[in-house]
Amino acid sequence: MKIRVLVSLKPGVLDPQGRAVHHALEGLGFQGVDEVRIGRTVELDVADSTSDEALADMCEKLLANTVIENYKIEKLG
Amino acid sequence: MAFRSAVITFPGSNCDRDMAVALEQVSGSAPVRVWHGDAELPAGLDFIALPGGFSYGDYLRSGAMAANSPIMREIVRAADRGVPVLGVCNGFQVLAEARLLPGALMRNASQHFICRTVSLKVENVQSLFTRGYEPGQEIRIPVAHHDGNYFADEETLDRLEDEGRIAFRYVENCNGSRRDIAGVLNNAGNVLGMMPHPERAVDSAHGGTDGLTLFEGAMKALASA
Repeated sequence: MKIRVLVSLKPGVLDPQGRAVHHALEGLGFQGVDEVRIGRTVELDVADSTSDEALADMCEKLLANTVIENYKIEKLG
Repeated sequence: MAFRSAVITFPGSNCDRDMAVALEQVSGSAPVRVWHGDAELPAGLDFIALPGGFSYGDYLRSGAMAANSPIMREIVRAADRGVPVLGVCNGFQVLAEARLLPGALMRNASQHFICRTVSLKVENVQSLFTRGYEPGQEIRIPVAHHDGNYFADEETLDRLEDEGRIAFRYVENCNGSRRDIAGVLNNAGNVLGMMPHPERAVDSAHGGTDGLTLFEGAMKALASA
């Protein structure tokens, strides 16, 4: 089973990297970009029997730091 | 009785030797060097230090991989028993990732790696690590980090303030840290994480000796305990 975990900074947590990229986009002349926030994608290939709880546990314990990050688990089949 | 300390080395630690030299200079006995893959800590430790560096190449997040290494389970147990644990720079990141300390260390607000000596204000002089300092004393300690931007939510920050768990603040915020926080203590006061490097300020040849007070204070406190 292919899994994609999207890790993003929580709202309210400053993202200096995103801000720098935002400025760079403006520097390239792109208009109308309100905000840029950078996250991380983790792709996993796991046994089909892997439970939702186990996937959530992986995110909580390692893939995301829940002090600053949210995560979303997508099953790609 | 000889002071028994340990310095933990992770793959990518690079300040472990500096830490060991500082501890030996202050205590007169060489610390035990412990590898991250070891399953056990030496018995009867008085002090554990997690050094700076780039453990596991900062993969995933700074300190995240090291926080899950075998020796960390033992360090969590030792900290729970009250053994003093000092984490400097990457060591602080590891302690935060291991949830021994609240909050997280994010990329510096400037995006730049900063490497210079900064002024810190000592906020807590009750803890084992900081009791050698005067209240409000300003000290000069080097920083060298890319991910030192301390973040915790407002509720946690208020709690840290109320409980006197902010050990050091930057006099001039160099990395974007919430409330200028440079070092925090755990609830029991036996775990300190700080981004600045006290082990790089223990000899006049370093340009200052303000870090010496931290190690000497801890040692004195432990000797009289």
